[in-house]
Parts: sequence; C-alpha cells; structure tokens
Amino acid sequence: MVPILGLLRGDTSADRVVPPTGFTARLTVFTAAAMAFLAVFALALSLATARLADRWGTALAQGATIRISAPAEQRAAQTEAVLRILRETPGVASARALGEDEQRALLAPWFGPDLPVETLPIPQLVEVVEDGRGFDAQGVRLRLRAEAPGAVLDDHSRWRRPLVRAADRLNLLGLGALTLIVLTMAAMITLAAGAALAANRQVMAVLRLVGARDTYIARAFVRRFTLRAGLGAAVGTALSMGAVAALPRMDAAGSFLTGLGFTGAGWLLPLLIPPLAALIAFWATRYAAMKALKEIP
Amino acid sequence: MGTVLIELSGVSYGYDGRPLIQDLDLALAPGSFHFLTGPSGAGKTTLLKLCYLELAPVQGRISAFGKPAEQLGRDGIAQLRRRVGVVHQDCRFLDHLPLLDNIALPLAASGQPIEAHAADISALLEWVGLDGRADALPPQLSGGERQRAALARALILSPDVILADEPTGNVDWEMSLRLLSLLVELNRMGKAVLIATHDLNLIRQAKSQVQARVLRLRAGRLDVAGADL
Repeated sequence: MVPILGLLRGDTSADRVVPPTGFTARLTVFTAAAMAFLAVFALALSLATARLADRWGTALAQGATIRISAPAEQRAAQTEAVLRILRETPGVASARALGEDEQRALLAPWFGPDLPVETLPIPQLVEVVEDGRGFDAQGVRLRLRAEAPGAVLDDHSRWRRPLVRAADRLNLLGLGALTLIVLTMAAMITLAAGAALAANRQVMAVLRLVGARDTYIARAFVRRFTLRAGLGAAVGTALSMGAVAALPRMDAAGSFLTGLGFTGAGWLLPLLIPPLAALIAFWATRYAAMKALKEIP
Repeated sequence: MGTVLIELSGVSYGYDGRPLIQDLDLALAPGSFHFLTGPSGAGKTTLLKLCYLELAPVQGRISAFGKPAEQLGRDGIAQLRRRVGVVHQDCRFLDHLPLLDNIALPLAASGQPIEAHAADISALLEWVGLDGRADALPPQLSGGERQRAALARALILSPDVILADEPTGNVDWEMSLRLLSLLVELNRMGKAVLIATHDLNLIRQAKSQVQARVLRLRAGRLDVAGADL
C-alpha cells in the first residue's frame, strides 16, 4: 500500500530522468482502454447470466403444472379432484385451472390468435404456486394416480435443470473471459514496459552509477505506466458502460429473459476496472523493471 | 593518512576466460593521490570499475569503507557509489537533460531535493568554469566542457574518493592543466584521488604540485613506476 501511495504522490525528479517514450505510452493507453472495454462486456455477461440462472432457478422452482388429459365427460370432475387434492396439500400456496382464453394465449405463438380451443382435444392445465416450503411432489403424484388418473404433475425440474446449468456455465464463461482479459492486459503492459526499459537501459545504467537505488529507478517507470494504464482503462470503461447502457432492454420478454447489462448497484462494479488496471500495471511494470535492473551492475 | 577507503586484495579479473588483472593489491587512503598508467588495453578502466563495484572480481577481495564488497547488496552498492565520485572517459550524461540536471543527478538519485542545493550547484558550476551553461544539453558542450561537467557531477555529493578515467583524453593541454589543478585542489581537501591516464606529461606536471604515487599496470600486474616518471 505504501509504495502505491508514494506513487500517487509522485516524484518529479524520478519522472524527469526517464525520457518520454511515445510508442510504448500510446501502446499502454490503447491496450488498457481496449481491455477495459472488453472487461466491462465480460462483466456484464457474467452478471446477466448469474441473474438468469437465479431467475430460472428460483422463479420456476416455485411453480408446477398439472396436465389433465381425460375424456370430455370426466374432465370437470377430475379437474375438481385435482384442485381439492392441491388445497389439501401442505406447501401449495395456490392452485387454479387455466381458462380457455389463457390456454389460447399460451398456444397463440404456434397456432395464431383465433384457435378454437374448445373444439380441440387439448388437456386442461392447472397452475400450481408453491409457498416457501415447497410440496411433496411424489405424494401428490400418488394421490393424483388414485383420484384423478388423467392428471400428470410436471414440477418443471426436467427442463429447468439444464437451463440453470447452461446459465451457470455462461456465468463461468464470463468470469473466465474476465480472467483472460486481466492476464492479457498484464502481459501486454509487461511487454510494453519491457520495451521501454530496454530502450532506456543506458539511462538506468547511468542512474545506478551515480548511486540510485533500484526502487528509485523503477519508480519512474512504474508511475508512468500505472498512470497510463489507469487513464486508458478509465476511457475504455466509460465507452463500454455507454455501449452497455445503449443496448436494447429485454423487458418485452417478461421475466424469462434478462438483458446484457447492469442493474442497480451493479453499475458500480465496472468502476473497479480502472483502479484494477492501474494495480496490474503497477505490479507488471515493477516486476519488469526489477528484472531488467538485475542485469545492470 | 587514515583508514583505507577502498582496498583490493589479491584481485583477479578477466574477460571471456582471458585474465586481464591478476592477483592485484591496491589501497586508497584519505588524502592519497594515485596515477594509474599503462598501455591501452592493460586494464586501467577495468581496475576503476572494480573500485566502484561495477565489476566483481573472479578472485580476491574488495572492501569499501570497511565493508567487504560481497556483503553489500544492491542498495549497499548504491550507497557506496554516493561516496565515490567517478569521472568516466565518455562522461555518461543523460542527453535529454540540461547540464544542471545532469550535475544534480546524484542528488536526485539519493533522494535529496535539488532546490535545497541550488547554491552548491551554482558554486560548483562556477568552480569548474561552466556558469552560464547550466541550461545547455550535453550534446551542445565541447569536449573540455563535458569533462569539467563530469567532474562537477562526480563532486556534487562531496565524495571521499574520486576516480577519473582518462579525464584529459579529449581536451587540449591548457584544459588538461586546468582539470588537473581542480583534482589537486580536491586532494588538498582530503579526497583520495585515482586518475587513470596514459598522458605522461600530465603525470610529470602533477608531481610538481602534489605528492602522487604512480602505478603502472602491465601484463595484469600492478607495480610502482620508477624514476623514469
């Protein structure tokens, strides 16, 4: 922490002894800006998929559907039996049979809005909402088999699980991409610092000969690269946050999908990227400088 | 004479396995004045580099200000170099900095604010005859000015030892005498001075001003030059 505070305070004499290096300066600023831009997107992807996994995991876990495929004359009785069973089942917050309009709306994306639901052999659907405790699905299945043989309970777990797994994998992928971006930025800054150090080997040798310690010599390079990386990352982060904010919202998809972006306090997370880039540059340049200085007596 | 400042005992050094300096002894005491002479390639510059620890001996021991060189870390070597002013043959300036900053470089490198030593720097520039050239860049200086500026830089921290490698190599006789008189003056202040040179006229001139010991480096060995000098 102390070297970083010292770095922020600056040392004009140490800064002046190293001549300005145009190419490596531009390379560092550009690399930091580009990597920060990508890092914000990777972070947005990671956060969005985490939200998605959470939504699919919790929202769908609290719901279940019962499908009643019975002959027309038994349909009402079996539906009534199902609703009675559900009312008596602990862990069920509410249960209701979907009306014809709701079933028509569910099928509309595939068959269009004017589907004559009443003339088709479509099963009756019952929507079940669990309370916080959840209900015993196996027990409900046994009672349904005995009292409403045409009813089948679907607790969504069959297709919910792969969706949650996919979202979790995407989340991991986002975090992996973020890690790769950080490592690439460190490597690029180390290379740029290495090039600057090689170009200034004579300066370092003279400074050693007049009694400069390694930390003094390294400080001039470290400060320069840290500030450039921080500045570049700030520009890249600002541009990327603007781009994320301009992405279309996914509210139209309801609660099923989520937009690639940040919500609430999540907007503060990208602001950590510029200081993180500066920290990476600090250590990468310090490592490169100390390594280069070891070769100078 | 007091305690020895820099001492080389049985020191050997060579390049690519070829020995250049063999089993050499040298002691620099406060107030001593040495000339180091010998043919080109005899190892004069190498010997100076061993004295300020730019090179480490392959054999033998070097001690500086009472401490064995091998016990000094990199920071310790940096501290040592603040007590040893070196005038390099090629001066080794930072060409992008004006003369004032080059002369003040050892101050900056040792963490001392240049502003606090502004009067010292001015006095030093005047002493070496470079007042009015403070803002010039090193490439704008003549050979003699560069040598005097290198001497000023070597003296800014008031070192105990001054090592000069061919300080008059690129200047005319008049300027050589002026540089020599500056070094003699420093020696009278108690500084240990070691000058590597092949200029025998300069050595003869110095011997009329100061009690100087002339060392000759030949075939890797160091001996005291005789009456021929």
